[in-house]
Amino acid sequence: MELYSERKYIIGAVIIITALVFLAKLFSLQIMDPSYKLSASSNALRHVTQYPSRGLIYDRNMELIVSNKPSYDIMVTPNQLSDFDTTEFCNILDISREYLEKKLAEAKDYSRFRSSAFLKQVSAETYAVLQEKLYKFPGFYVQPRTLRNYHRDIAAHVLGYVGEIDERSLNNDNEYSMGDYIGVTGIERSYEKELKGEKGVNVLMVDVHGQTKGPYQEGRYDVSPTVGSDLVTTIDANLQEYGEKLMENKTGSIVAIEPATGEILSMVSTPTYDPSLLVGRERSANYRKLDTDTLNPLFNRAIMANYPPGSAFKIMNGLVGLHENIVSPDNQLYCPGSYTVGSLTIRCRHHKSPVNIVEAIQYSCNTYFSDLYRKILDHPQYGSVTNGFNVWRDHVTSFGLGDRLNSDFPNEQRGDVPETSYFDRFYGENRWRSLQVVSLGVGQGELSATPLQMANMTAAIANRGYYYTPHIVKEIKNGDSISEDFTSKNHTTIDSTWFEYIIEGMEGVVNGPEGGTGRMAEMQSITICGKTGTVQNPHGENHSVFVAFAPKEDPRIAITVYVENAGYGATWAAPIASLMIEKYMTGEVNRHWLENHILNADFINQ
Amino acid sequence: MIRKNFSKNIDWATVFIYLLLVLIGWISIYSSVHDETHQSVFDFGHRYGKQMVWIIAAFLLALVSISVDTRFFYVFSYLFYALSILLLIAVLFLGIEVNSSKSWFNLGFFQIQPSEFAKLSTSLVLARFLSTHGDKINNNRNLLKMGGLIFLPIILILLQPDVGSATVFLAFFLALFREGLSPKIILAMFMALGLFVLALLLDELILILIILAGGALAYWALSRSTKSLITALLIFGGILVSLWVANDLLSLQIKTEYLLLIAAGISALPFTAVSLLYRLKYIIPVLLITGGAILYTQSVDYIFDNVLQPHHQTRINTILGIESDPLGEGYNINQSKIAIGSGGLTGKGFLQGTQTRFNFVPEQSTDFIFCTIGEEWGFLGSSFIIILFVIFLLRILYLAERQRSVFSRVFGYSLLSVIFYHFAINIGMTIGIVPVVGLPLPFVSYGGSSLWSYTLILFIFLKMDAGRTTVMK
Ligand SMILES: [Zn+2]
Repeated sequence: MELYSERKYIIGAVIIITALVFLAKLFSLQIMDPSYKLSASSNALRHVTQYPSRGLIYDRNMELIVSNKPSYDIMVTPNQLSDFDTTEFCNILDISREYLEKKLAEAKDYSRFRSSAFLKQVSAETYAVLQEKLYKFPGFYVQPRTLRNYHRDIAAHVLGYVGEIDERSLNNDNEYSMGDYIGVTGIERSYEKELKGEKGVNVLMVDVHGQTKGPYQEGRYDVSPTVGSDLVTTIDANLQEYGEKLMENKTGSIVAIEPATGEILSMVSTPTYDPSLLVGRERSANYRKLDTDTLNPLFNRAIMANYPPGSAFKIMNGLVGLHENIVSPDNQLYCPGSYTVGSLTIRCRHHKSPVNIVEAIQYSCNTYFSDLYRKILDHPQYGSVTNGFNVWRDHVTSFGLGDRLNSDFPNEQRGDVPETSYFDRFYGENRWRSLQVVSLGVGQGELSATPLQMANMTAAIANRGYYYTPHIVKEIKNGDSISEDFTSKNHTTIDSTWFEYIIEGMEGVVNGPEGGTGRMAEMQSITICGKTGTVQNPHGENHSVFVAFAPKEDPRIAITVYVENAGYGATWAAPIASLMIEKYMTGEVNRHWLENHILNADFINQ
Repeated sequence: MIRKNFSKNIDWATVFIYLLLVLIGWISIYSSVHDETHQSVFDFGHRYGKQMVWIIAAFLLALVSISVDTRFFYVFSYLFYALSILLLIAVLFLGIEVNSSKSWFNLGFFQIQPSEFAKLSTSLVLARFLSTHGDKINNNRNLLKMGGLIFLPIILILLQPDVGSATVFLAFFLALFREGLSPKIILAMFMALGLFVLALLLDELILILIILAGGALAYWALSRSTKSLITALLIFGGILVSLWVANDLLSLQIKTEYLLLIAAGISALPFTAVSLLYRLKYIIPVLLITGGAILYTQSVDYIFDNVLQPHHQTRINTILGIESDPLGEGYNINQSKIAIGSGGLTGKGFLQGTQTRFNFVPEQSTDFIFCTIGEEWGFLGSSFIIILFVIFLLRILYLAERQRSVFSRVFGYSLLSVIFYHFAINIGMTIGIVPVVGLPLPFVSYGGSSLWSYTLILFIFLKMDAGRTTVMK
């Protein structure tokens, strides 16, 4: 016979053995294991999702600011429905008959066999009443869930909110199912992975009347949910609350950073809202209201508003001028009260003249910084204005300006430090001179930055040349440590020696014997170094800006304040920054007259 | 005349089992998507309606394939193979993306999977190849050629990527085994699979130790010289200890795994020298195989992380128990087991299944169709299906063995291998003993492409069988 013919027996045996293994496994699944069978009365299984509690959120002093509260969704499975007393049912849940009919039709439309939400977020009281009578309403059951619970009415923009997952995210991520909650903005979104936890499931036996007959197989297929990780934020809840109070009736933003770590101590954006408005059954109604408000309270100005930096930017240009040896600290310049070249005039205020760089910052001299900026761009060592501009731009961007800082916030804006290509497009390649862009020297023109970027720039100056990427979460409990990007130094391109001159000027702004522009920020006990700014606003009153840090040696706080339509930086932004510094460093505020001056100011309803 | 002859010669027993499986499949699909609001059996909006169309088309295909002369397939087998390779290449560019793999051509009214056609053409080309080279199957050149014929479609299908369909082609080795393929090659394939699993399961250090110990043991088994084994171990141990001390003194911080590997590499040199000096021919193969095994396991992690898609990684991890994911892939297997288990001895009855119908079980009309059968017809029903498949497969085996030409015998065994592989993997995954690779149950699962391809292969083979008396080389 044929050589390998006997191998047919091996192949036949393989087939038979495979079948025997299958039969044995099926025998054990279907016959031997009684737990796999459902009793005659319970002929269906119900899979009840066990939702995990979201992680808690603490402030930097371990004060609890966000926790969870129980909530109950009434679910319905259409094919398990039978006749029930609809009047009683509607009374218990306080719903109309129309609602009942509409929702039942919707549920049937979705699926006759799968459960869907009938009424969401029922209170604990209603739940207690319903629970007792649930046996009268076959086809309905209660799905416990949790909702966010805010302990203090603060930091709405920082915390963000949680909402039901939308269709698009649902399709991109199969970890979620319809009706699940997901962080939409703020920390809730950027730390969604840490906060959400893992869902569990209970498999329950259900009889023909829709009544639960206990766990299937003593819960062998149940999975317990895993709670989300708790977060410790960098926010100081008291400082945050105080900042929001100072900014009441004003549009704008405060960002305070601890320079030694990059931790964001407070981030205020006003007008703001009570975070608990976006929780519970009123959520969508409240959201619509906030969304259509012309003052745009949902907009987080601290990271999303691109404001021109104004005169506060002079400290940046001063650093570039010193580092590039364009000026020396002793160089003096005569200020005739304006900077005039041809038809261009940039006005300056009255101050002592001539000025060196320290005094130029103290008096915010436009002449000095216009002149300096042109000297940087036109310096022969670079060969061309384009090259000079690029040298300047590289220094500026090393402070985190002109691009996203990549903090742990979603939707951070980039700000704008224009590139040479922008002016090439506008004027033609090599067709523009330093004169055309001179307004950048005083922080106007095509420049813009978010309050977060300005606060970070100030922190880099406070540190004399480096910064840590600003971030809002310090610690993830029972989780990974925070990203290494937040714990490694970013060095600027400016030598640390040059910062002392700029800082001396900033000290003069607040504490100068005569003519400092930020005198309203002065404190007796703490040396504050700052710089005022006034941002020209073509649509109305100018914006008031102040950047500052304190104390001068070993700074503990760097801060930026923007108040829209408030006029001079000196008048409003400077005292707000000063009060915030006092509050943070001493724990209380003793300058009540100044505090009242701010609290009484109203730039919205005037 | 021909027609009469033909109906006399065709193996009606096989046709009968085929029809029975297709019918059971359709009933189960009907049940798995049944909803009292939908009534018509020919409702094209529903899978049972569409499947009815696929079934009727499959019957037409069956009629066509038994009316074509067998020589046609013999003569054009290489052409068919080339064509299917071209289609596999084309689908990478022109195919539509379903579940992130490009496996389908969209022909408007229906979609077609070129990998299904490749199963037929590879069966034909292997049969053709062995009909001329069958007597020298273990010749290196022939092994290489057959390996190429099998692995070319595998590689193209992996590029789609569709790991499940790609593995089906490995089943052809069963047919080659029948034709005399050396059991060593089959053994090597199983060892590679075993090492793959071990590489994922075990710590790197333990795995290297096991392989080295295996090498030492193999040496001892071959040489039967305890003395030389001890000498070898002492040499290895000495090198290892000195490396260890050097690592510690110079604080090089080399990982223990690498120290072991370096020591093994260094000690391989004197062993090789001894082997050459004393002409001990088993040392070098042992060294080569041990080294190869280590290299292979080291690359498994790379392949696993970089070639396989995340959902395949999860499936393998879940089956191996590395990853517990009860709401993900593991959840599917659990649901499938609950559904089958809840069927009991006699099942819940037609249309009475609750688990399989309401989407607790995923893909219940395609890959998990066996769940519906298990739940509604119980142990009696599910064992009936298994016994039916065994009878079917043994019948094919019997038919293949009675062929007088190598060509049709190999083709019969190819049919057997492919159907057996699908059967084993599909039911195995449904009851939770093999990973979920997403292969349908032949003739039973929903889907036109696979039903047509198995029908084609089956009836081409039945035609060969009917004409077996006209001897053909
Ligand atoms: Zn001046």
